[in-house]
Amino acid sequence: MGAQLRIYRRRMRSVKATKKITKAMELISASRILKAQQRVAASSPYANELTRAVTAVASFSSTNHPLTTPSESPRRAAVLIITADRGMAGAYSNAAIKEGDQLVTAIRERGLSTEAYLVGRKAVNYYRFRSRKISGSWTGFSDNPTYAHAKEISEALIAAFISDSITSDTGVDELHIVYTQFKSMISQEPEARRMLPLEVVESEAPAGLLPMYEFEPNPGEVLNSLLPRYVEARVFNAMLQSAASEHAARRRAMKSATDNADELIKSLTRLANAARQAEITQEISEIVGGADALASASAGSE
Amino acid sequence: MSTNLTVEVVSPEKRVWSGEAKMISARTLEGDIGVLPGHAPLLGVLVDGQVTIQVADGTSQEFKIHGGFISVSNNRVSILGESTD
Repeated sequence: MGAQLRIYRRRMRSVKATKKITKAMELISASRILKAQQRVAASSPYANELTRAVTAVASFSSTNHPLTTPSESPRRAAVLIITADRGMAGAYSNAAIKEGDQLVTAIRERGLSTEAYLVGRKAVNYYRFRSRKISGSWTGFSDNPTYAHAKEISEALIAAFISDSITSDTGVDELHIVYTQFKSMISQEPEARRMLPLEVVESEAPAGLLPMYEFEPNPGEVLNSLLPRYVEARVFNAMLQSAASEHAARRRAMKSATDNADELIKSLTRLANAARQAEITQEISEIVGGADALASASAGSE
Repeated sequence: MSTNLTVEVVSPEKRVWSGEAKMISARTLEGDIGVLPGHAPLLGVLVDGQVTIQVADGTSQEFKIHGGFISVSNNRVSILGESTD
């Protein structure tokens, strides 16, 4: 076997091995998207009930709560960016980080400073590489977040929000969250949202009048314990959607990698075939040439 | 008006239980409450502890609720718990 042919065969083998890996990752992600979507769906009854309850309290009592009151002179804003722990998901993490950068620029234009809170190793590495300040980071669960993770993150953020931004270095007046919205299997979009101070959105609340509730023990107390749960549920929902988006992005990236490997194998096969054919042709012409030379040599000696 | 309560027990991760019930007893910050069909709309904070549901078929279901709420309106009862089991 000629040297050229051997090189082509070696490259084909390595591309085939890579293809096996990307194919496996594609299949794994495909099965995990479904699971992640189911988790998003499974968390919605809780989120809906909570929204309903918060709407009820907010519309029946005039109690002001620190989490719903905007600061009169905001100085600092926290930005929570949710990305992946691992790569191989196309532009998924980068899209979220870029969206976060845009948000940070927009906030700075309003004269506020920003504090970065990061979820996922990709964002942490991005910030660390550029020596940017990280106020808080959580890694290791981006593809399968649990409520406990959301709670931990929310508690840190709420604590920063509650503490005064003038007297404390970590206090913030606003909280924004950047996550990747899972629209469909083929479309996921990074989205920035303001979480705190809260605006209670009634998108999921049923139309019509809410009943006159009795509050146990009193509206203020109910709101006190409802609002942190509400923030947690929103953060949890953002994390679940991001996880589903991550799997979908990874599936898509791995699918195109597999397709590219297929293309590459096809063209390498053609090249290898041509090289083999050329080798055979050369061998034949060498034999024919040799036979000719022998024939003419023996004809001349007679 | 139906004579049963439509009950949902939900945690952040999933719907834990749903069905028809005759009575629910739970403990709020102010003390034990029992909810029967026709109860006035109520929104209460639950202390960590047990919620007992008398299911319509005569059996009873118990859940340990941690960090939860109960909301009652029009014979619909939702029990939300940060962790339920």
